[in-house]
Amino acid sequence: MKDKILHILETVKDPEIPVLSLIDLGVITDVVVNQKSVLVKMTPTFVGCPAMDYMKAEVEAALQQNGFIPTVQITFETPWSSDLISEKGKTALKKYGLAPPPSNKVFTDLEILETAICPRCDGENTEMKSPFGPTLCRALYYCHDCKEAFEQFKPL
Amino acid sequence: MNLPIKELLYKMADDQLILGHRNSEWTGMGPLLEEDIAFSSMAQDKIGQSLALYTLLQGLGEQDPDTVAFMRNSNQFHNCQLVELPNQEYDFSLIRHFLYDTAEALRFEMLTNSSYEPLAQLAKKIRGELRYHTLHANTWIKQLGSATPESIERLQKSLDYAMPFALGIFEPSPYEQELITSGIFEGEEALQKKWQAKLESIISQTKLILPDLKMAKPELGGRKGVHTDHLQPLLDEMSEVFKIDPGAEW
Repeated sequence: MKDKILHILETVKDPEIPVLSLIDLGVITDVVVNQKSVLVKMTPTFVGCPAMDYMKAEVEAALQQNGFIPTVQITFETPWSSDLISEKGKTALKKYGLAPPPSNKVFTDLEILETAICPRCDGENTEMKSPFGPTLCRALYYCHDCKEAFEQFKPL
Repeated sequence: MNLPIKELLYKMADDQLILGHRNSEWTGMGPLLEEDIAFSSMAQDKIGQSLALYTLLQGLGEQDPDTVAFMRNSNQFHNCQLVELPNQEYDFSLIRHFLYDTAEALRFEMLTNSSYEPLAQLAKKIRGELRYHTLHANTWIKQLGSATPESIERLQKSLDYAMPFALGIFEPSPYEQELITSGIFEGEEALQKKWQAKLESIISQTKLILPDLKMAKPELGGRKGVHTDHLQPLLDEMSEVFKIDPGAEW
């Protein structure tokens, strides 16, 4: 039954990165099924993420359409980190034109931010232009190899 | 134990909300596009973090976050005076961002060990986000603090002006001892010590001079609801739309 729920949740995408499901993004931290009642625990990527209410409503709608009675709880019990993005999710990000985040395990004082790999040409001769981009979870970079600007999904 | 926790949460949440609002005043006005985006993003982070802190307060019996944020008068706010000062020129905004965010990042770092579990959980999350804020502040202070005579002079003037207000961040709480003994928070004095060490490590990489902190007289009162004339107009503007129709659905 839980697999069925996860399958349904796989259809709910990040509203700002429509190729990435909420499961692959790692913001669904727990699912508890009790017959038709489903408790879904979610956590925001960034605390100030304005898409949280929207994603919560989308999860509720998807479960209701499939005949379940959802309760969605927003919690910080399992805080989101970019390491929770699945391998499938990272591939989808790169295809979409966003550099996937490097592993958070090697990321201690942000030096890692200086070395993003260009999602277009795989060039490593890149430079961070700003740690803040069009959404809270993206940073701005420039690739000196293909001479194009690109964005990285920030490690957190 | 609720009163000391509430006092701590209110001052942190109010700091984040008020500085978040000030940061948002740079939207569309930044000296260059990346800075416009940076201050706007930090505004969004800080206001979101204030919402999370007000939500913890709601769990302790306080009113809902919108009411708390929009319906209080200036004498009911517990933010330090530093965050309510107008943005002025970019050099002052940058110095304030550096002084405040350095303290804030250290405060959340310390709170990851808090015995109050909901706050420890939130702090673990926010700590990571704030790395980007301090990275931003440190990058610009190091660059502009060693660049041209004009940039150095401007930053130095703002640093000297802001320092007494920055010391007001650490105005002791009436519950300081309870917070320390119960393991909720190590206290303002411990925080200020770490803050000074961090400031010295960054400022020493520039041509700026850190004012003698022993000689500076801290601007206190903010934590007790005593504010400059700048806070009430900010609150009036921030709550203008909410007050027209408090029950509106968005």
